[in-house]
Amino acid sequence: MAIDRETVRRIAFLSRLKIEDDKIEDTEDEFNKILNWVEQLSEVNTDGVEPLVSVNDTNLTLRQDEVTEGNQAEAVLKNAPQAQYGYFTVPKVVE
Amino acid sequence: MTGLIIEGKTASWEVICGLEIHCQIISKSKMFSGASTHYGSDANENVSFVDAGMPGMLPTLNEHCVYQAVKTGLGLNAKINKYSAFARKNYFYADLPQGYQISQFQYPIVGEGHVTVDLSDGSTKDIGIERLHIEQDAGKSIHDMAPDKSFIDLNRAGVGLMEIVTKPDFRSPEEAGAFLRKLRSIVRYLGTCDGNMDEGSMRCDVNVSVRKVGEEGYRTRCEMKNVNSVKFVMQAIENEAKRHVEVYENGGNIEQETRQFDPSTGLTKVMRKKEFAHDYRYFPEPDLLPLVLDDDYIAKVKADMVELPDAKRARFVKELGLTAYDASVICENKETADFFEKAAQGHDAKKVANWLMGDFFAMLNEKKVELKDSPVSAENLGKLVELITSNVINGKTAKDVFAIMAETGGDPEKIVEEKGLKQVTDMGAIEAIVDEVIASAPDNVAAYKAGKNNLLGWFVGQVMKKSQGKANPAIVNKMIAEKLN
Repeated sequence: MAIDRETVRRIAFLSRLKIEDDKIEDTEDEFNKILNWVEQLSEVNTDGVEPLVSVNDTNLTLRQDEVTEGNQAEAVLKNAPQAQYGYFTVPKVVE
Repeated sequence: MTGLIIEGKTASWEVICGLEIHCQIISKSKMFSGASTHYGSDANENVSFVDAGMPGMLPTLNEHCVYQAVKTGLGLNAKINKYSAFARKNYFYADLPQGYQISQFQYPIVGEGHVTVDLSDGSTKDIGIERLHIEQDAGKSIHDMAPDKSFIDLNRAGVGLMEIVTKPDFRSPEEAGAFLRKLRSIVRYLGTCDGNMDEGSMRCDVNVSVRKVGEEGYRTRCEMKNVNSVKFVMQAIENEAKRHVEVYENGGNIEQETRQFDPSTGLTKVMRKKEFAHDYRYFPEPDLLPLVLDDDYIAKVKADMVELPDAKRARFVKELGLTAYDASVICENKETADFFEKAAQGHDAKKVANWLMGDFFAMLNEKKVELKDSPVSAENLGKLVELITSNVINGKTAKDVFAIMAETGGDPEKIVEEKGLKQVTDMGAIEAIVDEVIASAPDNVAAYKAGKNNLLGWFVGQVMKKSQGKANPAIVNKMIAEKLN
């Protein structure tokens, strides 16, 4: 599987990454290098092998339905570039 | 058949529709954090650092959200998947601080099922459920607080959601409306979602396409997001289907797009085209292991199931003798059904149903009170009906007694006793009044005997008046007819 220029642009857009036009070709090369490297794994025969979900052989830990956190709006907003009346504020986003 | 067929110039068109419904899970805390789910708190007060997407914070799944999803799955007659897994759905939006939503993709917690809906022509139809998966809600954007800014409140971010996806089984707006009402009734019975579409705790995405009658396969569909009432969903389906027919009939093509439903006009307008459509790049959620349930767990949830509206309705028809219509009205809402059952206990259930759906509901409407705040208790409504069926009072007096009950919340037996409203069933007493009335109106007696049969009603009326409404009208009727003939 090879990546073309259009795919690089699209992935950059979806990830909100700015890639200058003169860097597109380099990025395309890098993507392909990574994919080729991963591709080597297909040399191993995995017929009948269950996909490994985690290296931890434990079950998912669940929590009880209890309220243990909250009432810390000030702390939550502390790193916000902009906030007003207890809300985060952002440039207007209406679709 | 309740399918909607749109007659075009060149062909007859059939409507195809499927729904995706987001139901907010009822739980005290959020799906992956210990922050409260309380609605109406001050902005950003119910936010943990997990919900705010702070670096390094890890989600821990709320066991009650799992329980609620399994319970809902059982209510949808669906297969519970003992193995399910979480996935990241990636997109950027200001009210999604993590930059992704934890959802389920390939392995949902609930698989295929079905819901039976009742249609206006008396028929029923099974609507297929494709799946139910659990995911976290996003925060709330408020766009009208400032001209150039959007305000973000993360109190809702991380609240548990169940997304229920139906098969494209709807053939008319009516079927979709009936399904939504049934689904709302089921989740409310189960206590897994409060089902309030106007408050956004149940939100509906509508997928619509059309095809020529007899055509195989499906044509391109359009999706309308967040349509927030049953009525609007029905309107959106009808108008969108008509738009498709018009486009096709004029030689055009429908493009796959997301459209917005405008409640003020009932029409839809394009929101985003396919080329800008989200590509969510799902991948397995690395912060959560798969969720594995065992048979014991599922059996335990099953043991907690309550009687659902369909079963309750069938029982009311079979055991209490209600009509199918009355039973379905009473069973749509669990509180109403419980109230009815309590009121009907030991009394004439059909009469109780009539009173409940007639005078009782009218009284609640007039007073603008909820059932739970009703001045007339279930026990007292039952007692009132008993007073009628055992001939202690007649139907007319009962209405007066009911009016007093609605004002004072009083016990009907006491009201009847105190006000001396007991119906006179003493034949001697009634006969005396009847004789008196007949003796006082020789002209009417002669007219009646000459053939003016409708004067019988006048005589009955006079006797009822003299008895202050307390005589039993059936006895009075019979006695006057006997005496005059």
